[in-house]
Amino acid sequence: MILLWILLILFFGGLLAWLSEWFDSRLPRWIALFSVAATLIPLVLLYQGYDADSESKWIVEFSRSWIPSLGIKFTLAVDGLSLLLVGLTSFLGLISIGAAWEEMRERVGFFYFNLLWTLAGVVGVFTAIDLFLFFFFWEVMLIPMYFIIAIWGHENKRYAATKFFLFTQFTGMLLLVSLLCLVYFFKIQYGYLSFAYEDLLRTEVDGALEIGLMLGFFIAFATKLPSVPFHSWLPDAHSQAPTAGSVLLAGVLLKTGAYGLIRFTLPFFPEASAQFTPVALALAVISILYCAKVALAQSDIKRLIAYTSVSHMGFVLLGIYAWNLIGLQGAVMTMLAHGLSAAALFSLAGGLQGRLHTRDMRLMGGFWALAPRMAVVALFFSVAALGMPGLGNFVGEFLSLLGVFSVSIWAAALAALGMIVASVYSLWVMQAVFQGAQNSEADHSSLPDLDNRELFIYALMMIGLVVMGLFPNAFLDLSSGVLERLSSASDAFAAVGESR
Amino acid sequence: MPITPAVDLDGLLLLLPHELMGLAIIVGMLAIAIGRNHFVSTVIATSGMLAAGIAGAMQFYELTLGAAPSMVTALFVLDALSALFIALLAFSAMGVAIMSFAYFHKLADARDEFQLLLSLATLGAITLVSSAHFITVVIGLEMLSMALYGMIAYPIHSGAWAAKSLESAIKYLVLSAVASATMLFGMALIYAATGSLGFLDISVSTGSLFYLGLLMLFVGAAFKLSLVPFHLWTPDVYQGGPLPAVAFLATLGKVAVAVFAIRLFSQPQIGQLPVVTSVIALVAVASILVGNLLALRQTNLKRLLAYSSIAHMGYLLVAMLSISAATAISEVEDSAFALESALFYLLVYSLLSLGAFGCALLVSSSEDEAAGVGDYRGLFWRSPWLASVLLVMVLGLAGIPLTAGFIAKFQVFFAAVGDSQWGLLAAMVLGSAIGLFYYLRIVYQMLMPVLDTDESFALREIGIENLGVLAVLAVLTVAVLWVGVYPEPLFALIAFAASNF
Repeated sequence: MILLWILLILFFGGLLAWLSEWFDSRLPRWIALFSVAATLIPLVLLYQGYDADSESKWIVEFSRSWIPSLGIKFTLAVDGLSLLLVGLTSFLGLISIGAAWEEMRERVGFFYFNLLWTLAGVVGVFTAIDLFLFFFFWEVMLIPMYFIIAIWGHENKRYAATKFFLFTQFTGMLLLVSLLCLVYFFKIQYGYLSFAYEDLLRTEVDGALEIGLMLGFFIAFATKLPSVPFHSWLPDAHSQAPTAGSVLLAGVLLKTGAYGLIRFTLPFFPEASAQFTPVALALAVISILYCAKVALAQSDIKRLIAYTSVSHMGFVLLGIYAWNLIGLQGAVMTMLAHGLSAAALFSLAGGLQGRLHTRDMRLMGGFWALAPRMAVVALFFSVAALGMPGLGNFVGEFLSLLGVFSVSIWAAALAALGMIVASVYSLWVMQAVFQGAQNSEADHSSLPDLDNRELFIYALMMIGLVVMGLFPNAFLDLSSGVLERLSSASDAFAAVGESR
Repeated sequence: MPITPAVDLDGLLLLLPHELMGLAIIVGMLAIAIGRNHFVSTVIATSGMLAAGIAGAMQFYELTLGAAPSMVTALFVLDALSALFIALLAFSAMGVAIMSFAYFHKLADARDEFQLLLSLATLGAITLVSSAHFITVVIGLEMLSMALYGMIAYPIHSGAWAAKSLESAIKYLVLSAVASATMLFGMALIYAATGSLGFLDISVSTGSLFYLGLLMLFVGAAFKLSLVPFHLWTPDVYQGGPLPAVAFLATLGKVAVAVFAIRLFSQPQIGQLPVVTSVIALVAVASILVGNLLALRQTNLKRLLAYSSIAHMGYLLVAMLSISAATAISEVEDSAFALESALFYLLVYSLLSLGAFGCALLVSSSEDEAAGVGDYRGLFWRSPWLASVLLVMVLGLAGIPLTAGFIAKFQVFFAAVGDSQWGLLAAMVLGSAIGLFYYLRIVYQMLMPVLDTDESFALREIGIENLGVLAVLAVLTVAVLWVGVYPEPLFALIAFAASNF
């Protein structure tokens, strides 16, 4: 029931925010803020209810009959893993509202409506364990995000919004077909229809068919992650989305892909996934290195950060396909840390664009003197993104590499090179934007520094990253139970892994 | 199935929907003779449709209580399938009648006869869905088509628009007549091969005469459903015809023919013929791909909907093919599911297109139709409620969750997966992805900011005559969202209809 509350708060909060615009255009943002803040209460309750030694798989589970004739139930449940991700969603929800606070001036009510509904969809994705319900949320969260990009986006928003929608929808349909096949096999084997996670886990599919179904799941999730070669929608979507949209996209929506891989793809298809591991690791390494290289060639600051996002998400893919506890812990940690650091970097880029009306780094330079607070904040998050020990990103990427080292030394070695390139581009951005001489052609006299509201938001994210870096166990403990169960349940995977 | 041959009182009672519809036509005609009044003729037509719909619904209810499906003579069959679709068609026709009242409100010409033609076409449609005999099929189909010629050509005296509507009416007349003739000839061939005109108990025959007859029958039906390669008339007729006529053609006209086709096709003797299934599979793939691809470049909303309807009929064929594939390996449960998915798709499709045309109609009038996709620019800011309704309908046609369209597509996918129709599935996935392009274009136009410079974007006043349309749209939207979130009750209705015929 408590899970339903989170969804309902966001759902009705969104409607209320939209309608409240009629009375006062400042009302929607307050309503949105309170709604998202309100979702923290059930989360804290859930966190307190977490018991690492508990026998039951889920902290809480909520189940109601929905479409009995197709064996579909409305089932929500959280364990440590989903709790972490839902927590991230709520936290970044607050951040994105903060980022939009002053920036958003047009059609405010509808904006916050879409923001909250995106959050509701994402929370649904992280908590649904009936696969029909999961797919439902998976698709539903796209529409408000599409609106955010298409209405409040920048110069090329139509192209970006359509591309974003098409990529995810098309691969979503592959997911749907694979899912339906899986359900159909379940029905053949057990004699009744069910979309329940636990039931589908028992389904046995073998041979080429398993690989086919696994690919359907993998492609859908790898597009969202995104991984090369399905990543090309991301730089467009990010560079065109408004700041709050970028924050949500980078911070939360990308994580749904990784979550899908961990929760569904590998557990459902252990043998096919084991066979597929070399390919997945190769894709991860290519994502890390190639996108880091491409990032270096960008002059648009948001596109640059978008490519680095893909590069960092490569570590997540790497950790997942290591499929041991350490690798998975690394993937989850990277997801959380990257959620914060990427959200912060996109906010900064959005802040620059809001002030200068350009994203072109060639027109920037020497801003340290003009906006010292902003420069320091940017330095902090750049350093976090490049994997400085003591901050969350380091823990995540280090664990991912450690995990994958036991599976493939080559993949670990090559991926580690990505961390070097990461330092190069992070420092290069700092140099291009904040140091050096000021660009004489552009007029930057009107570059106000961060105000207190913005500072507060960044401070929150900084604290988050430091806590993750210094006390990673608080997070690792929460997800270890789930991840251990997942990685050990797939014996076949381990068997194939050892024989290699 | 128990056969009651004579037309006794019971038989007359069973045909109540048809009789009520006929009564409304006669009363409407007399009323026009006494004095012209657009409002009165609309009221007569809609109450006829309402009564027929209620009668159909009552019959359906009685069947669920355990009444046996029955034949009235050898011509009509009144089972759950026909009762359900009689009710559906009559209620949709009521929606169209209310829409056409608003649409023709300002027409400077005689307006009453449109309602009369509409009632006639409705009678044809409900005859078609309850037919058990080729004679009834011909009568129903011709009554439907003849009335439609008149409906499409209706604004013939209204200036610039007249030439267009006349052109499309003649196009439709010529092609539709050819299709009817082809169908008739097919029926004759089948009769020659089997010796029977009743198609519910058609005997097995393997002669080439029989195949040729089936093929011609299929060509005729494919024309009415605008399946590739018999689709060429669709965009032109949609573009030129007045909106209510097109809405009728796109929904009721197609649904009635499709129900007949499904009824015929679910006869195991026909649905199992490899010749039939392979032809249909080819047509399905072609319709999905061609319909979606051609819709991509359309800038006229009606043409766009025309092409998209071609694709949707292709999806319907996929569901129909799953019926036969499941029956072939005697998976009774799967074949029932496939049948349900076909009926469900048909029902949802007609709700969605009716809604989309209804929205277009509110932005238009009989003198000036908002035809271009660009005319919907900024609709979301000018008229948020109307735009939200159109949004629901368009997203529904695209098969996005929260709308009934998603559930319908989900079911067709499921049926096809269950019967391992991989090629058809691939076509559907590809087609739906292409479809998103043009549906998103409409959505995007609605979200664009309104241009201050352009006068024509000023929102038309929604006058009092449009209140009925607003009510119809409200009902449709609620239905689409309700079915999209909680489809179980409708599943139950459809499952019953699928099991009882």
